Amino acid sequence: MHEFFAMSGYATYVWGSFGLTFAVLIANWWFAVRKHQATLQRLRRQNTAPDAAPASVVREVVT
Amino acid sequence: MWKWFHQFASPQHVYRLAGQWMPWLFGLAVVGLVVGTYGGLVRAPVDYQQKDAFRIIYVHVPSAYLSMLAYVVMAIASVIGLVWRMKLAHAVAVSAAPIGASFTFLALATGSLWGKPMWGTWWEWSDPRMMTELLLLFMYLGYMALRSSIEDRNRADRAGAVLAIVGVVNVVLIHYSVEWWSSLHQGQTVMNDDAVMPASMLTPLLINIVSFSLFFGALLFSRLRSEVLMRERNARWVRRLVNDSAAGSQKVERHA
Repeated sequence: MHEFFAMSGYATYVWGSFGLTFAVLIANWWFAVRKHQATLQRLRRQNTAPDAAPASVVREVVT
Repeated sequence: MWKWFHQFASPQHVYRLAGQWMPWLFGLAVVGLVVGTYGGLVRAPVDYQQKDAFRIIYVHVPSAYLSMLAYVVMAIASVIGLVWRMKLAHAVAVSAAPIGASFTFLALATGSLWGKPMWGTWWEWSDPRMMTELLLLFMYLGYMALRSSIEDRNRADRAGAVLAIVGVVNVVLIHYSVEWWSSLHQGQTVMNDDAVMPASMLTPLLINIVSFSLFFGALLFSRLRSEVLMRERNARWVRRLVNDSAAGSQKVERHA
């Protein structure tokens, strides 16, 4: 088991690469989900507000 | 055939279709990533030259492959958007850019983490493979910066599309950089007749490449849906969809 984690001395590089990759993959998913929720929320607010500005004026969500 | 094409130009249809495909792509990608990563870290035998450091290949090569695939998707969508004036195609291009940029960052970072123990350096400024991949990152960032600097969406679509198409040259350069110039970077691994990987090494790599692609597809569809909603915000179906989701069925909408 210890041998497996040691990665023949390259542990920092191997685990660093895998850790970073999965962190970025998860972040990607999180940002995409959050963007969709933010878009819906923004459009919802714009639809429900009684004195809402015309939809075309509302600026786009970035990210 | 016409009807089929027409449906693909309909934002409402694409929104729904993307929403149906997304969970499947995501689920398959996660399963594939677990299997491929397990295969790469545990099952694959140690490389006789690089020892365990070679295992970085299982995240580095899929990242690098996706950094280029995302760009090609972006460029093809841009061509379709420019030539056939299909707004949906521009929406695809916009959605692909940030994902592609993140994979490019990963390819550079994991390459650096691999380069240090194998070549003794994190980075080599004179290396063609590294320089062209870095340029790819700048292409993505430049594309996003250009778009956000133009207020009018149609103009941003066109300008972005031209930049994306011109940048395809760089993708070709990345691919051939290890053959045309002398590079620190090793040559092709997957389609190389001289050095064939044993199946126990190659299979996890292929699984991860496919899984990364599926994951990219899921992300692309998710972002595309947001983009379509924003672009079609005045359309009746979007107003209805937004109102429905406001009426307490938010959870349903998120997965619909």
